[in-house]
Amino acid sequence: MTGGILLASSDTVDMIQGLVKYKVFGQEVWLTTSHVCILIVWLSLVIFSIIANRKLKHATEVPDTFQNILELIVSLLDGIVEGSMGKHAKVFGNWICTIFCFILVSNLSGLVGLRPPTADYGTTLALALITFVCIHVVKVRHQSAKDIWIDKCSPLPPWLPIWMPINIISDIAVPISMSLRLFANVLSGTIIMGLVYGLLGKFALVWPAALHVYFDIFSGAIQTYVFCMLTMTYINQSYGDN
Amino acid sequence: MNITGEDLIKACSAIGAGLAVIAGIGPGIGQGIAAGHGASAVGRNPGAQGQIMSTMLLGQAVAETTGLYGLVVALLLLFVQPLV
Repeated sequence: MTGGILLASSDTVDMIQGLVKYKVFGQEVWLTTSHVCILIVWLSLVIFSIIANRKLKHATEVPDTFQNILELIVSLLDGIVEGSMGKHAKVFGNWICTIFCFILVSNLSGLVGLRPPTADYGTTLALALITFVCIHVVKVRHQSAKDIWIDKCSPLPPWLPIWMPINIISDIAVPISMSLRLFANVLSGTIIMGLVYGLLGKFALVWPAALHVYFDIFSGAIQTYVFCMLTMTYINQSYGDN
Repeated sequence: MNITGEDLIKACSAIGAGLAVIAGIGPGIGQGIAAGHGASAVGRNPGAQGQIMSTMLLGQAVAETTGLYGLVVALLLLFVQPLV
């Protein structure tokens, strides 16, 4: 058995299966079911956006049902970003709303029988690494080198940088903890649902719906909110005081 | 019956996986404390229920992380079997 839970390889208990094998620099790489699920999530989001775009070109003064739903979604997401980023909301608003929609639809895709793409460590690590890059690009752009140095030595005075390695480790821990939090939450739900369906067979008839409500909808929505909230908080911190 | 070294490692990995999920005790206590304080805050100020609720859920979801680390270690020991 290979490292299937964490890596996107084949032949595992948790339903990630390799579909196409190819080689990159002599390394065996698999196209897996996770990629297919991401593609499905991505396509459904794209189709939804195209329909929404078409609809809003003929927007009416008194909104009908679909336009109402769209306005609700947009104002809700804008409210979340505005509430925690303040004056920087304009720069990162689009990005936060995009990952919010992507993670939410990925987590909810367990409801229609897909394996949620966020239960693959590759997906969540990529999302967290983008956050990591955002944090440090913003930090380099908006703070002077002296401020960053003082911040890195922070509990001790700047001429005594013995605390710096610990601060650097805590910087590196940010993407790891964010990605593992999302991954492990979704994966635990997926594994428990897999156990229920696999062990109970035909006894698992209607009542697993309650488990789906908890693991897919409640937990998925909370983790989406937490991921976006933490991203916004970290980016806001890296803007510094001015 | 012959017990090879690999069998021994697998058995010990299973025991280790069981021990690793004991990490769930910590977040359980932490989330309970957060929920208790949330309940008392709603009791004192019922008007702010929505905000208290979302703050409490955010804190609980962050506190859950350490327990999930235990879960990840257990799953690694069971399925990936790095020691075999």
